[in-house]
Parts: sequence; C-alpha cells; structure tokens
Amino acid sequence: MKNDKIDRIIDKHGCEPSSLIQILLEIQSENHWLPKEALEKVSKKLKVPLSRIQHIATFYKAFSLVPKGRHEIHICMGTACHVRGAPRVLDTVKDLTGIKPGETDLDLKFSLETVNCLGCCALGPVMEVDGKHHGRMVPAMTADVLRNYD
Amino acid sequence: MSEILLQIDGREVKAREGITILAAAQNVGISIPTLCCHEKLEPYGACRMCTVEAEVRGWTKLVAACLYPVEQDLVVRTRSEKVDKTRKMILELLLAHAPHSMELQDLAKEYGADKDRFEKEASFCIHCGLCVRYCAEVKKKNALGFVDRGTRREISFIPEIAARECWNCKECFPLCPTSALQASFVLTEALISLSPSSEPESEE
Amino acid sequence: MARINSPAELEELRKGILSKRDPNKRCITLCSGSACHASSSEEVAVSIEEEIKKQGLSAEVDFRKTGCHGFCERGPIIVIHPEEICYLQIEPEDVPEIVSQTIKENKVIERLLYTDPSTDEKIIHESEIPFYKNQERLVFGSNGNIDPKSIDDYLALGGYSALAKALSRMTSGQVLEEVKKSNLRGRGGGGFPTGRKWEESRNAPGEIKYVIVNADEGDPGAYMDRSLLEGNPHSILEGLTIGAYAIGSHEGYIYVRQEYPLAVENVTIAIKKAEEYGFLGKNILGSGFDFTIKVHQGAGAFVCGESSALMTALEGRAGEPRPKYIHTAVKGVWDRPSVLNNVETWANVPLIINKGADWFTQIGTEKSKGTKIFSLVGKINHTGLVEVPMGITLRDIIYGIGGGIPGGKRFKAVQTGGPSGGCIPEELLDLKVGFDELTKAGSMMGSGGMIVMDEDTCMVDVARYFLDFLTDESCGKCVPCREGMRQMLKILTNITKGKGKEGDIELLEELSEVAGDASLCALGRTAPNPFLSTLRYFRDEYEAHIREKRCPACSCKELISYYIDPVECKACMACLRKCPSEAIVGGKNLIHVIDQDKCTKCGTCFEVCPPRFAAAKKISGEPVPSPIPLEARVIVRESKEK
Repeated sequence: MKNDKIDRIIDKHGCEPSSLIQILLEIQSENHWLPKEALEKVSKKLKVPLSRIQHIATFYKAFSLVPKGRHEIHICMGTACHVRGAPRVLDTVKDLTGIKPGETDLDLKFSLETVNCLGCCALGPVMEVDGKHHGRMVPAMTADVLRNYD
Repeated sequence: MSEILLQIDGREVKAREGITILAAAQNVGISIPTLCCHEKLEPYGACRMCTVEAEVRGWTKLVAACLYPVEQDLVVRTRSEKVDKTRKMILELLLAHAPHSMELQDLAKEYGADKDRFEKEASFCIHCGLCVRYCAEVKKKNALGFVDRGTRREISFIPEIAARECWNCKECFPLCPTSALQASFVLTEALISLSPSSEPESEE
Repeated sequence: MARINSPAELEELRKGILSKRDPNKRCITLCSGSACHASSSEEVAVSIEEEIKKQGLSAEVDFRKTGCHGFCERGPIIVIHPEEICYLQIEPEDVPEIVSQTIKENKVIERLLYTDPSTDEKIIHESEIPFYKNQERLVFGSNGNIDPKSIDDYLALGGYSALAKALSRMTSGQVLEEVKKSNLRGRGGGGFPTGRKWEESRNAPGEIKYVIVNADEGDPGAYMDRSLLEGNPHSILEGLTIGAYAIGSHEGYIYVRQEYPLAVENVTIAIKKAEEYGFLGKNILGSGFDFTIKVHQGAGAFVCGESSALMTALEGRAGEPRPKYIHTAVKGVWDRPSVLNNVETWANVPLIINKGADWFTQIGTEKSKGTKIFSLVGKINHTGLVEVPMGITLRDIIYGIGGGIPGGKRFKAVQTGGPSGGCIPEELLDLKVGFDELTKAGSMMGSGGMIVMDEDTCMVDVARYFLDFLTDESCGKCVPCREGMRQMLKILTNITKGKGKEGDIELLEELSEVAGDASLCALGRTAPNPFLSTLRYFRDEYEAHIREKRCPACSCKELISYYIDPVECKACMACLRKCPSEAIVGGKNLIHVIDQDKCTKCGTCFEVCPPRFAAAKKISGEPVPSPIPLEARVIVRESKEK
C-alpha cells in the first residue's frame, strides 16, 4: 500500500493514539489486509509501540495480517443460526473449499471466516459471500452458491 | 490523604487512603500469594491468586487484593474455604501449562494442588505478563507484547527490536515464573525467523 | 438549511414540515432494514420507484424506505398509507400489480396479506396482525414511518421536542430526577438503574465527562440495537444529548460494531443533519449547552461490549476489561467520569422526558418499568423484533406473538441473555419477563436476545456452543476465565463426542465456581451460566451423553447415525440423488441403505425424504440395524399399486 495513502488515512482520523483502531480499520478496508510496513508506518507516526499495534491487529477479528482471497465467505455461527443447523453448512463449505475458518486457499480465491451474528436471524442459516447474503442455507445448496464465484 | 481503618484476618490495620489491600497487608506482615505482581510494575490483576474475601456492609465478595482499594471498616479474610478453593484451582489450571515451575510447585504444596489434574497443555506460558510489562514499563523498549485473545493469546517478540535490544538485556528472563525457558525459547524462534538483511547481533 | 436557534423556531419548522404533508396522501413504505435488505428489498425499492414513474403517479404517491418493521420472517414488507394495508414477502414481480390494483384501484391483493394460521382469515391492516397486535411498540414503532436518512421525518413525528423541553424548561438536575423517578434500568445487559449511574457521574469530580452509546451488540441472535440505530438514529442522538445535559458532559461517543455498516452510515448522516439544524454543536437551541458526538467503530471483539473493555477500545487499545472496583461512571475513558448506556436505554430517554416518569412507571412491573425490545429468533414461526411491556409472560411472547414452533415441534427451551445468560424450560413458560425474574430462573435479561429451541436442540451442545464462543471472545488476560473455559470446553466437547466420563459434571461445576467467583470481568463471571442453567433443567441430557453415549435430541454428530427404515422407504431416490458423499446405495425399486462408513452425517437425506414416507431417521445410543438382505430390498410395484 502506498505510503501517502497511509498518511492520508492517518491525517483524516487525527494523528492520536486513540484513533489507532479507526485508522487500521480504514487501511484494512482499502487494502484487504494489514502489511507489516503499514503497521510500522502507523507505529512511527502515532508514536505507539509496535507491540501494542501487533496486539490490536491480532486481538480484533476485523484485521488480517495476511492477504485475503478474492472472495470472502462469512458463515454466521450466531445462536439462532446454530440452532437452525449452521454447523452442518460450515462443515460442507470446509469440504468444498478445503480450508478452515481463518484460512485462505492456495489460489487466493476464497477466504473463510465464521462470524458471530449478522443480524439476519430470520434468514438463518446465513452465508455471506462478498457482502451478499444467502439465506436459509442447507448443506446441499452451498456448492451451487460457491460455483458462481471465480 | 486520610487514614483508613480496616480489618485483615482479624487484625485491626491502619492504611493510607488509596492503597490496595495487598499493600496494606504487606505493611503489617500478612502475605498474600501473587504471581503477576512486581514492585516495579503497575498492578495487573491477571493471575487472581491474590483473591481474598472482602466484606463491606454485610456483603461478602471475592476481590483481587492487588487492585482493590482499602475502604473504611472493610473486613478482609486472606484465607478461607472459598479463597483456598479458588487458589487451588488456579494453580491446577496453570500447572497444566508449566508443571515444572518452582514457584507454582511451592504454592501447589501449600494449597494441595494436583499438577496432574488437567492434561498437559502445549504452551508453557502462564500469562503473568511480567516480561511484557517489564519491557514496556521499566525498559521502555516494548520488544515483546501479547498477541491474539482468549485461549489463543500468547506472547510474541518483535524480531527487529529484539535483535537490537534483547541480547544485551535479558532482564525479563529471571522474572518468568516458568523459568527462563519460555522467554528464551520464543526469543530464539523470533531471531531465527529474521531475514539476512536485518541488523546483525554483536554476539554470534 | 438555517440553524434552529430556539424551541420556538423548532416548533415553527415542525409546523412547516407538517403543513406540507397530507396525512391522506398515498404513501408506500418499504422496510429497508438490514435483514430485508438481505432479502432483496433494494430490488423491490427500485421496482417501486420505476413503477410509480411508469404509471404516472409520482405526484400522487410518496415512497419511503424505512427502517426495520420488526416482522423479519415475512420481509420484505410494504405498508400502504393511509389505509395501513400490509403486504408481506414482496418480490419485485409483485410491484406492478400492487401499484395498479391497490394504489390506482383501491383493491386489496389477498395473496400478499397475512393469513391467520388457525382461522385462515386474511388480515389487511398492519396493527391487526397478531404479531403486531400483541406488542406495545413505544420505542420501536416509529421505525415504520421514518426514512432514517431524513431528519424531517423524525421532526414530523415530534422529534427533538424532548430535547427542547429539557434544555429550555428543565434544569439539568430536574432532567436527572425525572430519569431517576422513571426507574429506567439498563437495556444492554446488567439492568443497572440508569438514573443512579447518571447521578454518580454528575457528582464525580472532573470537568470533562463523557456519555457513550454502546452499540456493540455482540450477543449472537440479538439485533434490536442495530435496527434502532439504522431505523431511527435521531432518537438515540436526542436521548444522548439529553443525558449529556443531565450529567454535564459535552462529548459523546457512539461505539458501533463494524459488522453494522448500515448503522454506521445512517448514524453518521443523522449526526451531520443534526449539526446542520443546530441540535448538536454549540449553544443548542439557544440554551448555551454545547455537545458534540463522534462515531467510533468496533473491530470485531465481543468483549468490547463490556463497558470497561469498550472504554479501553475507545482509547485505541486492545479491549481488555478493567476491574470495576471504582465504577467507570467515576473513572472511565481516560480515567474521566463516563456514562455508558445501551442504544435502547438512550432511545427511551426522549419518551420519558416528553411523557414524564409517571407515565413510564405505569408500564411494566414494580421492579422492571417500561417496555423491552426482544429479538425472537431460532425455532420460531415469526422471527423478528418484538417490543412488549415488562411483565408479559414468555408464553405470550413465544406463542401469542411468535406464532409458536415451526413444523409442529415441541418447545424445549428459550435462551435469553446471550452468552452470559441461560436456558428457560417449558415449565417456566408462564414466567413474567423482568430483570429479576429472569435472573432468579438462572438466566438474565441481557440485551434481549430470545433464542427459541425445540426438541431437536441438544442442550449439552448449547452449553458447548457458548463455551466455544466465549473461549474465542475472551480477552484471555485472567486465569479463571481463559484457563477455566479452556478446560470446560474440552470436557463439554468430549461429552458431545461420546467421550464423557463420570466426574465430568462435578469438575465442570468446580470450574464454573472458580470462573464465576474470581474472573476479572463480567464476561468471565457469567461464562459458566449457559452450562449451569442447562445442567439445572436438563441434567438428564448430560447423563445420557455420559453414561449411555446417547444424545436424546439426536443432534450430536458423533453420537447419532442416519438410518433408512426399510419398512417406510419407498425407494423414491430423493436422498440418493442429494447425498453429497454418495453414501446411499439403492435404486428405483430398491430400498435405500446408507453406507455408514461413507456417511458424513450432513443430514441431507433426513431433510429431503418426503414427509409422507419419513423413512430417513436419526438414531442415537443404539447400534445401526444391519441392512436387510438384498433380495428383501426389492420393491415389487404392482402389488403395492392401489
């Protein structure tokens, strides 16, 4: 990620330690991951120890320290979806993609994550791909949904 | 600062307002076990070994002595069935990670903790945080910190800073209750993973 | 837009807005909350806009995209005003008919109406649908009439009149007294008396004080805060400003979880509009009171819903909770007095100021005043958000409003209070909902999530699920929580896999005691609740798992087998075709048999087997019967034909 882009984001949120998380969120959103150089730059500008930034970047699920795939699959594992069979949907998606939650496949095609509630409980179980919600999922439907993405 | 009058283990204790139960107890020679406490560091409140019973206005609650400020007429019990049960379990949970730690073993003897109660865990860090906090608060180098959260939380060195600072320091090593093993193990790992272009250390 | 500088100017503005609105003019409102959005309400919206234009009705018909209506199971929802005709589960293809039939010719389209399942009666008006009829939507009701991106809609309904009243006709002390008198208790979890919290901050030393909206809403299955913030953001801004005035704070924060982009967007727009109009900023409504609000996004950590962890996150650090021996109302963000309240709590404040504490205390029970918004989800016919007065029974919520359990299944338990709460069984369905009543039953009110579970839900797995959730979300700092839950999860997982042993329950109870007593924060202290409550009411399930290696609900994968009953199987091939592991052997006239070695227990065969045969079964705690001999599996069709 270009240095001046990072500077712009830091200046936009204010160059203070309390803006740290907001700054990282924007870098993550634009870049889809947080490269080490970006963290070092933020550490220097905000005068915050790199160890603290490292803690934050690993503590919060929104951040990724490794590049993500082209398509992000989020499977809701909230209680309502769980009770409606989400674990079986997850198992099937794991088999289809070959990756576990938190991983990205070798072609950088899919990244898989579980989320703890998308707030669409009426549609549960819900699988979100690239921000698009697919509701009332059952294991048998997952292959059809994922086939649409390359 | 006004003076507070409280009771610890049946003894009347005078304490300065604003100090903790732990400090007040230490001042009168009553010892409360701790794992994450260090005189040079801010209280952390993570190990919960210093849990004591504190009774105020008839209500008894369990609090961390290293953090709870003294209160007028507070009645503190540093040992009780509940307190001992709590400490025993904490030790057993930690011994699953570091069964060979001298500090844990000594405490285990006192509280009847069984080091084999739980299956051995892979990581031998007990998260007292002494190494991380010492490097941040005393050395102000921040060469290591915590990463992740929950059961996946671990300590991690920043290789570039560690390469620069740690060989000539190593002051955190003796602080580790699980003996220096954990700290040096992780440090070595971190240094080995450095690329050749980074700063070389002065020793081999 | 010129700034409004006094309450009188506000009323002028309001009159002006209302004079331009004809209450008899046709208006189509479309629910555009996040759940309906996920059900393609955007496409419906485009369709409506196009159709209105196409049929030349742009002057006669208004169209308003509103926030969540609450009846999420039946979204997307359209309500046509002024008649209040309610159409459910609308697709873009329905729109031309709606516009030409209902709008142009005043004809109601029956197939789009709600049908009462017991009487088959079609219900036209939204407020008569049982789901809505039995609610008391004091806080949430306005969602259906407001475009969240517009401030005029909010003003048309009387918005900001409470703020004007507070700033011009009440002292800050009087505002505080009113909220105290109302006995409003926190709607986010603990149920702490709001007025008392405000008073503690007001009296705490320090010039700089903060007021904070907790919109982290981490409890899975709870989404009422999201719908309030997305659908009626100004109500929260107004409540927050009134609270700031009472406490003496001039800086407010709204901490929104980053997983709610629409809520972040709508509240940011609302703040800008409020600033434009002068409801935020310097000298609000000419009162001399200054107040600004900043939005701060979360980054994916359930623990940040805990007040001290949230404040640590606001400081730009990892959200590790702090001990609250000194209340955060006294020493919070940057060690300054900070009042943190939940979204729903703040949304109640304008109502209390406008209608008075006496009005508020008429609703609810003695110790739990007002209404509560619950998210009714899980195994329930009418999934959605319901607002009811405290004191209503669980039975009335689940059956009267929720429409009972789908598929004719038996109710088993309702889980309330999120990961800090517990499960309430059938025998307590007549419990009157309230803070203390739920706590006494072994659960808690929490943020208002109500997850309904039926006979197919394994309660041991529910405990395991919550422990799994919490071991991931715990900050990991203190031993009783991190290590206690680590071991509890191991034991519970083993039990669900048939590896439980005698002594496990006792060890789990011991770990629960230590975590409950000695953890640093409320997340750790309440982490054992799901286990303890399921043990209290469903001990038999635990014992079955441990002693008989049997899952009574036939849910735990390692303890169940799928089996096709040869007596019922009619060889229709439905399951054979759909089995993702090709584990079913059979053919057109050959009774199907599951190869247990290939079976991954995905449950597809169970789901697709036609109900009239119901041949695919789940069994647990007993060995799978051996397949009947091949010859016996041949179905001779002629003799079976009628």
